[in-house]
Amino acid sequence: MPLVKGGRIATDAFVHVADDAELPGDGAVLISAARFLENPEAISRRLGKTGVIWPNNRDVDDLVPYLDRLAVVALVFPTFRDGRAYSQARLLRERYGFKGELRATGQVLRDQFLFMLRAGFDAFEVKKEADAEAFTNTAKRYSVFYQPTGDGRLTALHQRMQLRHSESAGQ
Amino acid sequence: MYAYDELDRTLINERVSEFRDQVKRRLSGELTEDEFKMLRLQNGVYLQLHAYMFRVAIPYGTLSSKQLRALAHVARRYDRGYGHFTTRQNIQYNWIKLAELPDALADLAEVGIHAMQTSGNNTRNVTSDQWAGVAPGEIEDPRIWSELLRQYTTLHPEFSFLPRKFKFAITASSHDRAAIKIHDIGLRLYRNAEGETGFEVLVGGGLGRTPFIAKTIKPFVPGRDLLSYVEAILRVYNQYGRRDNIYKARIKILVHELGIEKFAQEVEEEWLQIRDSALTLDSSVVEEVRSRFSYPVYEKLPHMPEELKKAAHDPLFERWRRNSVFPHKMPGYAIVTLSLKPVGGPPGDATAEQMDAIADLADKYSFGEIRVGHEQNLALPHVARRDLPVLWKALDKIGVATPNVNLVSDIIACPGLDYCSLANARSIPIAQELTRRFANHDTANLIGRLHINISGCINACGHHHVGHIGILGVEKNGEEFYQITIGGRADENAELGALIGPAVKYGEVADVIEDIVEAYLALRARPDELFVETVKRLGVEPFRERVYATR
Repeated sequence: MPLVKGGRIATDAFVHVADDAELPGDGAVLISAARFLENPEAISRRLGKTGVIWPNNRDVDDLVPYLDRLAVVALVFPTFRDGRAYSQARLLRERYGFKGELRATGQVLRDQFLFMLRAGFDAFEVKKEADAEAFTNTAKRYSVFYQPTGDGRLTALHQRMQLRHSESAGQ
Repeated sequence: MYAYDELDRTLINERVSEFRDQVKRRLSGELTEDEFKMLRLQNGVYLQLHAYMFRVAIPYGTLSSKQLRALAHVARRYDRGYGHFTTRQNIQYNWIKLAELPDALADLAEVGIHAMQTSGNNTRNVTSDQWAGVAPGEIEDPRIWSELLRQYTTLHPEFSFLPRKFKFAITASSHDRAAIKIHDIGLRLYRNAEGETGFEVLVGGGLGRTPFIAKTIKPFVPGRDLLSYVEAILRVYNQYGRRDNIYKARIKILVHELGIEKFAQEVEEEWLQIRDSALTLDSSVVEEVRSRFSYPVYEKLPHMPEELKKAAHDPLFERWRRNSVFPHKMPGYAIVTLSLKPVGGPPGDATAEQMDAIADLADKYSFGEIRVGHEQNLALPHVARRDLPVLWKALDKIGVATPNVNLVSDIIACPGLDYCSLANARSIPIAQELTRRFANHDTANLIGRLHINISGCINACGHHHVGHIGILGVEKNGEEFYQITIGGRADENAELGALIGPAVKYGEVADVIEDIVEAYLALRARPDELFVETVKRLGVEPFRERVYATR
């Protein structure tokens, strides 16, 4: 499953470690929320970065105290129809100021890329090779956005206000 | 009319090319039907019994003549020459070919029309009062806010994969023509004691398998906070709405299970976090959208022009006028409802020829504007009263002057088993038979205001729960049966109808309805006591007796 990061296909520096597998002494790992919350202190003391896979049916509030220790939060789309992780992503980015990698996992398809980018995701475990290759073009499909999110894209309403401002300034 | 600017146009063109690519990937097999299904649904494309069905949005029910001609063009070029206006200010085409859909969408985009989010588990077309901006006594034009909501809900990155579909309706009049109480979010625009304009926000209304009348979640939300408050509701719903069972996934179930107080508290907590954010609608932003709406320059005209006095001698004109012409906020003007309910016809259908002719008449007599109401009729919103006689003749000629608006044969019906893959029973032939039974205008007039609503299945697209008489098609051992309810209504006093007894067979429905109407005529206290009022006063029992005594 290709990982798209920074807009291109990248090698995944994080190793998925299953709950019943031993945690390596160093190196970047991606572990389940349950495993992380069992002993966040010990896990944070490890050498190597920590990423947590956060389920979409648990409030991100429970993760908030540990955000500054995490390099990656991976949110889950069990199917592309289940949109709970979009809300989780916006809360992590916009309310709790998470600056690390926000990774979309699960059934991640091309036609959701732009929604995910706008919600604050910056890494994508993409289901299909062809979708991963199409990432850059797909992300450019739209140039007009009606809603403000934390991604900084200017909304249509505010573009209009700016236009109006510059028009009246030029008169 | 709201005029699209370059940004609006760019966005829908981008949507068309995205969908063109999606269709291409489906046809090449790159997308599975499961993956494609959600994408096509988000563009209003259903797979029905015989073909793809294509649902196009008419935001808040306002159309220009140019747009109506484009709808006619799609009917003619890509379909079988007609379209069906729905209960949510959409138009549906029943025979579209998948490969041609991107072209149809591109043609519509040229006049600022789209099919975005007319189906799927997302925020649907924002509907409003079809008399918005022209109704006497309106607080202000609710379409400004409808348009702000249309933009806000279009391709929302957080709320495009909700647990289930989500519908908004707005009214700014004391008489609710937008049926806000049966919507996921209903908004009533009003001015509070301090003179500030804002919204009563209702939540959790809806029909279907588990019908609920919406409850007030917040009595007053200032206009500037509308979007942040709506976002708070949607965020709570997106996270906590049920996703384990499609029949329990609407927000009404969440509101019901949590209780309105608890739900309101969750929303309030979320709202306080985002209240002062980029979602705040400064007055300059609202004014920017308001400035994109254009209004007719009305003339100073007499209320009772010579033309009207003369025509008053023609009883056929008079019965149409009494029935189809409504007061306008400007003296000398009227709102004219065009009945899409001819005797023996399928409710809400219009042919391409009718649409073109109506567009021409709108240009001539209504400043180029047409409205679409949830009752599946059209309206010309700015007709000079002196033009009424000549307009009537023209409307009559094309078959949209049946004098039955709000009467027993002005039936609301879903497409039913004739088209729909979800249906259990036929709706259209039941409606057709009823319009024949009540074809006599004098009888219909004597009966007075009476809304019959028909749905071909429990999904309730025909809003049967809120019909004065509701007819619901069900299936029993492979046979079509119909449950009858009475006493429902969809206005500001919205109520769900009560079942009168066991379901009846297809062939018996029209007889049963006639029995109910006869019972009402015998039971009503005064000639002007409406059917719903009699049911309210007496309950279901006398009607039940009348219907089942001999069956």
